Amino acid sequence: MTEQAQGHIVEVPTLVKVWAALVLLTAALVAASRVSSGAAVWAMLIITPVKAALVLGFFMHLRYEKALLKGMVFTALATLVIFIGLLFLDISFR
Amino acid sequence: MSGAALPDYQGSKIGMWLFLFTEFMLFGGLFILYAGSRALNPEAFHEASRELSVPLGVANTLILLTSSLFIAAAVTAIQKGNKRLSLLLTGLTACCGALFLVNKAAEWGMKFHHGIYPNGPGLVQRPTGEALFFGLYFIMTGLHGLHVLAGTVLLSVMAVLLARQRVRQGDSVLLENSGLYWHLVDVIWIFLLPLFYLAA
Repeated sequence: MTEQAQGHIVEVPTLVKVWAALVLLTAALVAASRVSSGAAVWAMLIITPVKAALVLGFFMHLRYEKALLKGMVFTALATLVIFIGLLFLDISFR
Repeated sequence: MSGAALPDYQGSKIGMWLFLFTEFMLFGGLFILYAGSRALNPEAFHEASRELSVPLGVANTLILLTSSLFIAAAVTAIQKGNKRLSLLLTGLTACCGALFLVNKAAEWGMKFHHGIYPNGPGLVQRPTGEALFFGLYFIMTGLHGLHVLAGTVLLSVMAVLLARQRVRQGDSVLLENSGLYWHLVDVIWIFLLPLFYLAA
């Protein structure tokens, strides 16, 4: 049962590329916020989840984990998204 | 199958992730509160957020992103058996955490100076929506700051364990799980930056 004593090894150049992408996306987010508040909101809705996905996938090794763990993370996040969706339904049709 | 207990790698990982889910939900509840309050007070949130310093918020983002790179590389280093590099990178990550807290303290200090704190003179005369914005700002960045503090302490402990060979190649799940915690703190800040500093 000890087929795996430590996790998948992610090479440092990969990690550095992910970091560079995160910094560039942050710059894009800041740039969009200077254009207009509409652009800022759209940039937030699109870029922020991409940044979070990069951290979860590469830095947190989720990409290399087994389906069980991926499924658990997906379930937890989907639950949160459903709650947020329900909140906006409530506000819109109040 | 007797003698020394085998480290249950998968079990440790899943246990850590279960804990991280509770953290998702803890901050998730606050994000929902923010979203609801903002939907009801859009102008007040817009006005109040302009008073936050974008350069300080972005600087703290860069500090956390870089620290995340350091701790991820520290995990790679120990998995490959490079103890000294792993120790150095773990130490650097803890230093980044401390730097983040210094920045945050400076930022809060400036707000306090202008009377902006819960029930402070700079807030009570303002519209309810702006007081709500700053209330959420202090609660959410404060709770996040506590997590940064906890993570910094945790990583300092990991540095000691690395130095004492308690965390080593082939038995590094403690460092990996501490790294997961640190990345979670980073992910939460990734969401806090646009919510408070950029997109309101």
